[in-house]
This record gives sequence, structure tokens and C-alpha cells, in this order.
Amino acid sequence: MEMAEAECPECAGKVGLEENTEIGWILSCKDCGARLEVNSANPPKLTVAPVVEEDWGE
Amino acid sequence: MKIGICYTFVSAENKMLLDSAKERGVELERVIDGEAVLELSGNGHGPGAGEIDALVQRSVSYSRGLYLSYYYELAGTKVVNSYNAARICGDKMLCSLELAKAGIPTPKTYVSFVPESARSAASKLGFPLVMKPVVGSWARLVHRINDADALDAELESREEMGNHLQKIYYLQEHVNKPGRDIRALVVGEEVIAAVYRNSTQKSGWITNTSRGGLASKCEVTPELSELCLKAAGIVGEGIYGVDLMESEHGLLVHEINHAVEFRNSFQAMGVDVAGKMIDYLIKTAKN
Repeated sequence: MEMAEAECPECAGKVGLEENTEIGWILSCKDCGARLEVNSANPPKLTVAPVVEEDWGE
Repeated sequence: MKIGICYTFVSAENKMLLDSAKERGVELERVIDGEAVLELSGNGHGPGAGEIDALVQRSVSYSRGLYLSYYYELAGTKVVNSYNAARICGDKMLCSLELAKAGIPTPKTYVSFVPESARSAASKLGFPLVMKPVVGSWARLVHRINDADALDAELESREEMGNHLQKIYYLQEHVNKPGRDIRALVVGEEVIAAVYRNSTQKSGWITNTSRGGLASKCEVTPELSELCLKAAGIVGEGIYGVDLMESEHGLLVHEINHAVEFRNSFQAMGVDVAGKMIDYLIKTAKN
């Protein structure tokens, strides 16, 4: 269930946030496909997620 | 009893772990690696360190994960997986050495530090061969090298890279596997499930699911189970993804992964990986 919307910092599109969204979640913008990180849940704020670094992985 | 989770982002796996803990009446303490301010000159006890009995290490960054694991272990927290396990699993040279030393079948592998020596190593293996960065994941820069020209191109490219670790040349025999490899998931003393990772048109010869490989169910046979537990045992009990190839001479273990992802494979097949991981973490915290 989508309870709030935040603005995509890349394309200014609206990104829906679920009720239980937490800081640190990674989302995708449906309009431009940007990978976004939730920086604030209330008020909802998104930033572009960091790019993958060389030592990232499993 | 206090248990925690260390992460970079709330990935799909981390969401599942948080939810599984909640279902068991446990609220995980969160250690977000990007927010860490670690005082090294004091008593070594940062926020939560020393108070958390067991911490599952889920940093997506190998470096951050290692430092935080060491920090928390010194403060008395049991970290899953341990600093030492992550150090070995996250470095392909160390992992290959440990596998071989333990007598576990593993592909023939050489390491060299300068291009000329890497060419000598290649001549011992023959073409095709596989080159991998010693540190890295998701099959990035894992290349099949079909001939000497391709090797020269690879070495020249690596020499131009800024990261010194890219100049550690890890060369491995190309195993003629049947278009797939195996990822087995070890939790404590049990292999809880296994999948085949099948190469696809998108992934090419690579089988990694993050590159488009497709997972399908693999039966955990006694042979597979025994080999995986033996492999995981070299780095100590914990939670691991053991990667194996089916060669003409039997199963070969080529990697042990210390921060295993499971969203696209195991969990999708109905295996409650997150639940089993949390149960293991609770058990670890109590011991």
C-alpha cells in the first residue's frame, strides 16, 4: 500500500513509498529507472543511491 | 540477549532478516556502516559494540565489513561471519590456498604479480583460462581468456587500473562445466539448500545470477553436503554460500562466499533462508 510520494532527484517524477518504508531502503524510479536511496521517511526524501564500488559484493 | 545486523543498505535480504527477527519477537540492533564513527583510541566500544551478543555482518562493502567485524569482535561481539572467515572468503587467493591445503578439490590456479609472470602462469594452464580479480564480486572483471592476444589485452587493461589489487593476477583453469554451477547454502552445521546457476544468453558463459544466470533447484546429495561442510569448515562455522563446479573428475569447490545473497534463488524457491539465518544467530548469541 503506497502512503506517500517523494520526488525523484533525477527526473522529478513521483516515487511511491510504502507505509513501512525505512531509511536505507533502495528504490527505483518508475519513470527514469534511477536507483534511489531513502534518506528520510518523514518527510519522504530520496537521493541517488551510491554507485557500485569495487569491493562491493557478497 | 541482544542481536544485531550490520548493513550498508536495507537490501531485499536485509529486509527479510529484519522481518524474520521480528516474527520471532526479536528486534535487531542496526549497525549502519556508513554512519559508523569508530573511536579507536578509547575503550574500543562504539555504539552497541560490546552490548550486542551476536551480529550478522551484511555490509555490501568488503572493506567496511572487515573493519567493522574486527572492531566488534574485539569488543566481545560474536560476528557472523567472523573477521577471519570474511578475510579468507573475500580474497580469492587466500580462499584457493585454504581449499587446497584442506584437500578439497578445487580448480588449478596460479597467482602472479607482474604481467610477464602471469604469462608464464598462463603457459602452465593453457587456453582457455579464467582470470578473476582477487577481491570483487558479482562476476565483475571475471573473464574467459581464449588466447595469448586476449591475455595481453587483459594484462594491459589491468596495469592501467588504479586499484593495486587489480594487478594481482589470479589465473584459473577453465573447467568444462555443463553450462551451470552449483551454489549451496551452509548455515551452521547444515547445508540447507542448493541451486544450480544456469548460464543464459544474457549471462554468456558466466552463471552468476546477478549477471543474468538463472537459478533452478539442486538436490543436496550426501556427497554435496559433505563437501560443502568440509569447505565451510576451513573458515569456521557460520553462514556461507559454497560455489562448486561439476567437472569431468567430480565436484570442484571454487569459492566460499561470506555475505551470501539469496533473494533471487533460495528464497524465491520457498526456502526460508532468512528465518534459518536468524535462528542460527539467536543460537550463536545464546552460546
